[in-house]
Amino acid sequence: MKNVVIIGAGVAGLTAAARLKDIGYNVTIIEKKTYDGGNVASWDRLFPDSRRASRLIDDVRRPLGEGVTIHYDQRITSLVKMKDGRIGVGTESLGIIHADALLVASGFSLFDAHLKEEYGYGIYDNVYTQADLESMFSSGKVLTRSGDIPRRIGFVHCVGSRDEKVGNRYCSKVCCVTAVKQASEIKQLYPDAQVYCFYMDLRMFELPYEDMYFNAQKLYGVRFIRGRLCEAAEKMDKSVILKVEDTLAGQTLNLSVDMLVLMAGMRPASDTARIATMLGLHCNKEGFLTPVDIFSRGNETEVDGVFLAGTCTGPKTIPQTIADARSAAIRIDEYLKKRKK
Amino acid sequence: MIDFGYGITRSNRLNLDEADLSLARKMARREKSFATCIGCGTCTAGCTAGHFTAYNPRKIQLMILNGQTENLKEDLKKCMLCGRCQMLCPRGISLRSLWSKLYRALDDGRKTPAVTRDIF
Ligand code: SF4
Ligand code: SF4
Ligand code: SF4
Repeated sequence: MKNVVIIGAGVAGLTAAARLKDIGYNVTIIEKKTYDGGNVASWDRLFPDSRRASRLIDDVRRPLGEGVTIHYDQRITSLVKMKDGRIGVGTESLGIIHADALLVASGFSLFDAHLKEEYGYGIYDNVYTQADLESMFSSGKVLTRSGDIPRRIGFVHCVGSRDEKVGNRYCSKVCCVTAVKQASEIKQLYPDAQVYCFYMDLRMFELPYEDMYFNAQKLYGVRFIRGRLCEAAEKMDKSVILKVEDTLAGQTLNLSVDMLVLMAGMRPASDTARIATMLGLHCNKEGFLTPVDIFSRGNETEVDGVFLAGTCTGPKTIPQTIADARSAAIRIDEYLKKRKK
Repeated sequence: MIDFGYGITRSNRLNLDEADLSLARKMARREKSFATCIGCGTCTAGCTAGHFTAYNPRKIQLMILNGQTENLKEDLKKCMLCGRCQMLCPRGISLRSLWSKLYRALDDGRKTPAVTRDIF
């Protein structure tokens, strides 16, 4: 039986593993964290239909059954293309695993919001990221640092995305929808709260997203202000005062909020560059792995037997990630069948 | 001519067909980076001059692009060339350079009116 090794037990890795196992391959997943599900594991609910993130992970994990081995808490130390065409995957505790095909599904990390110092993350009490807010939603307690119910909440779009000053020109794709989702969820929780979203462009690109935006306005009264946050400062009472231009009004404004939520963008996962170097894969200027051709060979690399899936090639929604992982599984199967002959 | 007591009111609409875009063309050549402005307003929100006056660096760029140059030089005098806008701009536009080059362009526009229009 041929061996397929997958790097990453996130949504992409789990999805591809299930398909490959069904086809009849021996699948091993190497995961750096101590749990599966990747970034989605720390989420509460998902857009567009508010399903539980835990349910989604259950759904992608269930078809794995017995046939797939996941090794957690692993660090990859070497990746070597061998003479016989296989790939040697080395880790500290497992030694070398010989893979007939390797799928890189190493995913993304959230942009480190500390780097936008002018927004005060890690400095002011009541500045959070969207991931922090998801944890609060999961725990059922959305409160300020001092334990009060927030009356005004501000969401800042494009934190660490579309920003030359942090070296990320690209759009992270999912954060606009996430802001709309979270803004609506806050209003479900606290109908009297005032919620503001500060955006440059609202990217509601899939069919249901515009409805979410519409409902955020109509049902929840979320106020959308077109302007990018210039800076935030903390007041004596630990609320956060925002300085921003309402570009539609052509007027600068000050507004204080009890909670400021930063929509941190997607960065390639921390190991991406290391994996790329070991295998000789290409990264684009953003640091994401690049497939051979984005139209026709979106899961393939220049290195024979090495494939890509999920957000390691760029920001994706979860449905896009799942579709991409399935397509990678099919490509790997095609490749291995051809090699057999 | 008989004075009927009323005249023609100038349209408040921007007329890009008739606008004099010579300054826009000139500035596009002299400071290429400002072509990438996305109008996010960060420069304006952080502008030192804009804190006390209605000065709006985001709009100044639009005025250049739309040929609304009448009050531009007077407006520009409010700018202290502190460079804060440039530090904040997410597009990495060289705004401080734009302002000083704009000032110079408005000056030489005065010395050589009309003719320059056709050159650029
Ligand atoms: S999806 Fe929206 S918030 Fe995220 S980077 Fe793109 S424009 Fe900014
Ligand atoms: S900060 Fe830069 S991109 Fe934003 S409006 Fe000002 S010049 Fe344009
Ligand atoms: S350089 Fe001029 S436009 Fe820019 S922030 Fe300073 S005063 Fe404002």
